[in-house]
Amino acid sequence: MDTLTTLGYEDLPSLLTRLTGDEKHDWSSLSTLDAIWVLYDRILGDGDRFLLSKGHGPAAFYAVLAAKGIVPIAALDGFGSFDSPLGYHPDRALAPGVDFSSGSLGHGLGVAAGVALTGRRVWCLVGDAELEEGSNWEAVQYAGRERLSSLTALVIDNDSSTHGWPEGVERRFMLEGWAALRVDGRDHEQLASALAFDPAGERPRCVVAEVAR
Amino acid sequence: MSGMRERFYEVARRALDEDERVAVVTAEIGTATLGPHPRHVNVGIREQLLIGVAAGLALEGYRPVAHSYAPFLVERPYEFLKLDLGHNDLGAVLVSTGASYDAARSGRTHQAPEDVAAVATLPGWTIRVPGHPDELERAFRDALAGDGRVYIRMSEEQNHARVDGGGFTVLRRGSPGAPLVVAVGPSLAPALAATAARDVTVAYLGTVRPFPREALCEALGDGTDVVLVEPYLAGTSAAEVSAALRARPHRLLALGVENPELRRYGAGSEHRAAHGLDGAGIARSLAAFLP
Repeated sequence: MDTLTTLGYEDLPSLLTRLTGDEKHDWSSLSTLDAIWVLYDRILGDGDRFLLSKGHGPAAFYAVLAAKGIVPIAALDGFGSFDSPLGYHPDRALAPGVDFSSGSLGHGLGVAAGVALTGRRVWCLVGDAELEEGSNWEAVQYAGRERLSSLTALVIDNDSSTHGWPEGVERRFMLEGWAALRVDGRDHEQLASALAFDPAGERPRCVVAEVAR
Repeated sequence: MSGMRERFYEVARRALDEDERVAVVTAEIGTATLGPHPRHVNVGIREQLLIGVAAGLALEGYRPVAHSYAPFLVERPYEFLKLDLGHNDLGAVLVSTGASYDAARSGRTHQAPEDVAAVATLPGWTIRVPGHPDELERAFRDALAGDGRVYIRMSEEQNHARVDGGGFTVLRRGSPGAPLVVAVGPSLAPALAATAARDVTVAYLGTVRPFPREALCEALGDGTDVVLVEPYLAGTSAAEVSAALRARPHRLLALGVENPELRRYGAGSEHRAAHGLDGAGIARSLAAFLP
């Protein structure tokens, strides 16, 4: 497993173990793992962009990139070390296949709005707690009014927001003019159906992927 | 004579028509004056988004121009300059208006004497401080033709004539060993007035980052005294002068907008005088500093 190759979902635990050296962790608990896997396995095509706005905890992202042959599997060793291209927050200048350097919360959706203005298809992953940052709402309001239909916000909702989103965070997106729906964040069929690009869509889309914490 | 701001809108409009790579992002400020264009987007009063959208456009190969008042273009979304543009290694042209105290009547909220110092702490930025509309146009066109991160600071204050060259230009040469006065952007006119009767070398600087360390050493010659006149926070380029002259004894007087908040309204010219940056003020500082 030292060369660029294409692996399956069932290989992700071993890749994650190799990434972190932790052999006891239940990797299925990673909140972003299934959504990112479905995106890369079934949704993203040539020229599409994925912006991981929630840059902390990028292990699932790196594992999926490795499974898809984008990141060399050998690069998983030494995660976070001085010579590694893979840090605790992704750096697009270092990591192959990373479109956006992140870590500080609340930056991805604004950049994604700029990308979507050009008509490029872009998926941006944010967390429900990340949405506490006010900068997100500047982007949500603008993208909704401008009907940036090539933009999909993927909200991983593991109920991490301290003050919460009464009646569901998707209602805020809908109020701003987005099409929004909530799916089981572990159900690959639901995720794939919700995340698939709709060429007839006229609004940006918000997919809330609910996962247990 | 029209000002820098009017010239900026004129050139931006032409650039939108002539160069498909150019996109202009505004946040209400200047939106109506610039006028509608398919690649002019107004994000509303959302300055974090202003920079984020510019970064997204750059990611897609466009040459984004972001424009607003200096405090809203630089200070409010500062981390977005650092990360969306800088850390993501994306280029953009940021063009501010308002400078240190153009909007003195609007109070502290619309004043940004700290902007150049703030941008200068970030790696990879070119910072240009034109002193005349012609210089503004040249700086802006140069920036549009490139792909790096450029901050252009416009102001209502301007010199009587443009200085050609764009960088560090010696305008008047004193006797060997004479003090060197470096005037930045619109500080040139009062600096020339203040030094008219003095044996000094006067140099003009319109591009403050990267700072022209070698040119400064060369212009100083065998002299030891340097006077820096900057139309923003005093001392913004003092460390650059020290670095340029680290191997030789020297004295530096760094003039600029003083750090304590001047809690006054009024005209920009009154603020300039209050900070000692008019001709009389600079002359007083020179008299106290130079033998």
